[in-house]
Amino acid sequence: MGPPGQCKSWNSESETFEVLRCLFAQTSKVLSERMNTTLYILWFTECDRSQQNLVGGKCANLGEMLQANVRVPPGFAITTHAYRHFMHEHRIGGEITRMLASLDSDDIDQAEETSRAIRELMEATPMPAAIADAICFAYQELCAECHVTDLPVAVRSSATAEDLPGASFAGQQETILWVRSAESVLRNTVLCWSSLFTARAIAYRQAMGFPHEKVHMSVGVQKMANSRAAGVMFTLNPINGDRSKIAIDSSWGLGESVVSGVVTPDNYLVDKVTEGILQRKISPKLIEHVPNHAAGRVEIADVPAERQNVASLNDDEILNLTILAKCIEGYYHVPMDIEWGIDGDLEFPENVMLLQCRPETVWSSKPPMRVIQQSGTALDFVVANMLKGVRVR
Amino acid sequence: MSGENGSNRFPSPFNVPTPEGCEGWQDLYPYYYVFSEDRREFEDNRFWFQDAMHHPEPIYPFDTITCESWWVALGEMNTRVFIVPPALGIDHRVLNGYLYISALPVPNPDDIPVRVGHFMERAGYYYQHWDELYAQWQAKAEEAINELKAVRVPDLPEMEPINVVVEGRGLTSAYDLIVAYNRAVENMHKMWHLHFEFLNLGYAAYLTFYGFCKQAFPGISDQTIAKLVSGIDVILFRPDEELKRLAHKAIELGVADVFKQTVNPNEVVATMSASEAGGVWLQEMEKSKDPWFYFSTGTGFYHLPRSWVDDLTVPTIAIRGYVEKIQAGQSITRPMVAIQQERDRLATEYEALLQTDEDKKAFREQLGLARTVFPYVENHNFYVEHWHHTVFWNKMREFGKLLTKHGFFDEVDDMFYLHRYEVQSALYDLIGAWGSGGEPRGPKYWKPRVAKRKEIFKKLKAWSPPPGLGEPPDVVTEPFTIMLWGITTESIQNWLKPSANTADTKELSGFAGSPGKVEGVARVIDSVEDLALVEPGEILVCPITTPSWAPVFTRIQAVVTDIGGMMSHAAIVCREYGLPAVVGTGFGTKVFKTGQRLRVDGTAGTVQIVE
Repeated sequence: MGPPGQCKSWNSESETFEVLRCLFAQTSKVLSERMNTTLYILWFTECDRSQQNLVGGKCANLGEMLQANVRVPPGFAITTHAYRHFMHEHRIGGEITRMLASLDSDDIDQAEETSRAIRELMEATPMPAAIADAICFAYQELCAECHVTDLPVAVRSSATAEDLPGASFAGQQETILWVRSAESVLRNTVLCWSSLFTARAIAYRQAMGFPHEKVHMSVGVQKMANSRAAGVMFTLNPINGDRSKIAIDSSWGLGESVVSGVVTPDNYLVDKVTEGILQRKISPKLIEHVPNHAAGRVEIADVPAERQNVASLNDDEILNLTILAKCIEGYYHVPMDIEWGIDGDLEFPENVMLLQCRPETVWSSKPPMRVIQQSGTALDFVVANMLKGVRVR
Repeated sequence: MSGENGSNRFPSPFNVPTPEGCEGWQDLYPYYYVFSEDRREFEDNRFWFQDAMHHPEPIYPFDTITCESWWVALGEMNTRVFIVPPALGIDHRVLNGYLYISALPVPNPDDIPVRVGHFMERAGYYYQHWDELYAQWQAKAEEAINELKAVRVPDLPEMEPINVVVEGRGLTSAYDLIVAYNRAVENMHKMWHLHFEFLNLGYAAYLTFYGFCKQAFPGISDQTIAKLVSGIDVILFRPDEELKRLAHKAIELGVADVFKQTVNPNEVVATMSASEAGGVWLQEMEKSKDPWFYFSTGTGFYHLPRSWVDDLTVPTIAIRGYVEKIQAGQSITRPMVAIQQERDRLATEYEALLQTDEDKKAFREQLGLARTVFPYVENHNFYVEHWHHTVFWNKMREFGKLLTKHGFFDEVDDMFYLHRYEVQSALYDLIGAWGSGGEPRGPKYWKPRVAKRKEIFKKLKAWSPPPGLGEPPDVVTEPFTIMLWGITTESIQNWLKPSANTADTKELSGFAGSPGKVEGVARVIDSVEDLALVEPGEILVCPITTPSWAPVFTRIQAVVTDIGGMMSHAAIVCREYGLPAVVGTGFGTKVFKTGQRLRVDGTAGTVQIVE
């Protein structure tokens, strides 16, 4: 099922217009549902882990989170069926396989050249009409649900590979922000697909021995959170792997500044059990990613001096994020890496949004941490502790 | 670090000048309790720090009895009873009236392995039999208090009563007086032995668990560790519970309005006595008094701060606060079930975060031991410093009264300007004169000396003692030094900084005593008498708070103290009351002024003046 029409809450000056919009939404919903039988589109609300092969890890996780009642900006996944259909429709799949077969993995220039050729080929190939229709309908429906025409969305790759654990990393991570028309969604979908064939992605798969044709690409189309502040958090302390902490990095504007590392974010350390804030480091945040509405794109802007050294989160928001992090970790039972945003258009606490999440990989792949090196009775530990003393200078 | 001449050591005790007009201050203290050339080499090679936590002011000569008692008792439990492997006791010296203490390490580290064996046997026995030994301890402590109460201070009559003759007693009031004094002094020593019977072991077990938590969950707050361990039904909170009971009783009996008219305890009692219902309420208060009003408004270490039972000001203000709360529809009941559940939740969740079974087992066992020892750690203060010492200081005042009656002093409390050995001499002077029918030298001898000592004392009080003397060591192993006085790298560095007590200081930091952030108007209070000045919603700034001040906390927003560590009374009680607190700021009462707007962050441990 797609998102409900919600006609009642529409705000429109013209009643007639409203009725028309209602009708359009209802119709598109019916159409979209029929389209779904072809499985080109799955709404996030329909995604879960079992569909990872269809929608990739990213979208599957968002679906799981919606089922856990976590606030996620609405959206849909363009499934790997669509990708495969696209690759078969004009037989470009076979062509690409041939181009890759002759590739010498050590020749960087050749790899770059092949990558460019493949991507040009894909981007020049017309989108099959059935897929294009399904994506356009889904996008219109999302606009209707959010009561915004030309809703700005983020288009992100969500790679997958059957029976190949860890293969989701084989796809280049492509994200295009502030996409505002069905046509643009279509164009950027192909860009995401073709990002499977960047020189780096190709080299990675060759090095890891993943067959190129086994790796597929789903694409997530998600309402842009208009983040006033955003960032990343881990459900452990990334400095030392301590699982009793939640570490939050936060900066002004969209989360891309934090993800790409172009700012030193504010950093908060929260006790996972007591939910008390143990540490706050407020850093000067010189730039931010913000939408330029007139130009219809995201830009990097200077943060005005008076906001640079101001904490980008207040205590209520930190607490809310902490609860969100605990909820997500509790759902997956493993330490998690979470992208989040505080939407500037909404009121607290509705403004706290999960944007993406994935299992943490660095500390989780290490052997379990040990506190005691040698077992003993409580008395043994008392003696050992006394002998240690406290270094005072 | 910078200190004396920018070096990393504090001044030598032999280079600290005597404040002007205080020459001869050494005569107020026993010969063994001051720095001297005789032991210069030993004394000059040690690090001493001023025990501002227990003795922030110059010590009255008589009141050294508490310090001297804990000097012996703490030390011997470490050194002679439980054989704490790396540490001996804590040595004492008085300088310009202020108590300096120094943790003594085991001189030869090669002895430590042998000491470990003894400690395992001895401490192990106590840990294993803790509950039964603690039950026995409670009985011993109450017995000691009853023995002290039973001490009768006889008057010296013109003529001994006839029963001395007809019973063939052969002993007199003079003998009884000396015995009474000796018994009371012995009793003080006994109580302090009991005080330390368990405390070293209790702290050691707590610190072990504390260390485990800090290693397993780096950055975990001290408050959270304390919460994991602390008891639910703590005797230290019982006096306050009695006040809540009395507030409810006053409302129930329809006499609560009395507290709206006045919080002067004498007026409250007078008004209550005038009505039948008020009379019933006063009877209820009498039931609460023994022992729950034997609760010092100070630390109990000094004779000066009186207890609730002597001065009803604090309980009266507190009862008014509770009456107001009840009438405003607020609950004043401690949510015992919720506190218990929260404690269990914390323990379960932290344990679950550990990644190996060995760690989980160690966590459970160390937490178990810490919880076993903690009731003693939390409760001993009530028995010793509050209940017992209230009786003790009042008993001593009976001797003071007798000496005053015989012309030795102008006022009863003048006796506390004499050391206990001097009081013993004065009593001998008195019985000698009484027995022989001659004239005691005391009145002529002591009155001018007391007058001079009062002058010296006033000047010593105005003097600022350096926080440390000598060179700090690299490592401290003595459990009390770590746990109670919170000696850390940071505290020593802070002390070595050029005095923070400057007019342009806008922010102080201390221990994060109890979490929460508030802004409000400061009320700087030096003594319990001024507590009545506190207006609702103010931030209390004081040298040190004691548990008996806590009920007044219902009227304030936050507490800032000069002195205290993670287990200081103020920190324990503020956590219980959910009141933000920053303890151990060092100079709060000197930097902040009544009426200033302060921002207190009890989570970060900072206090700022808000412009």
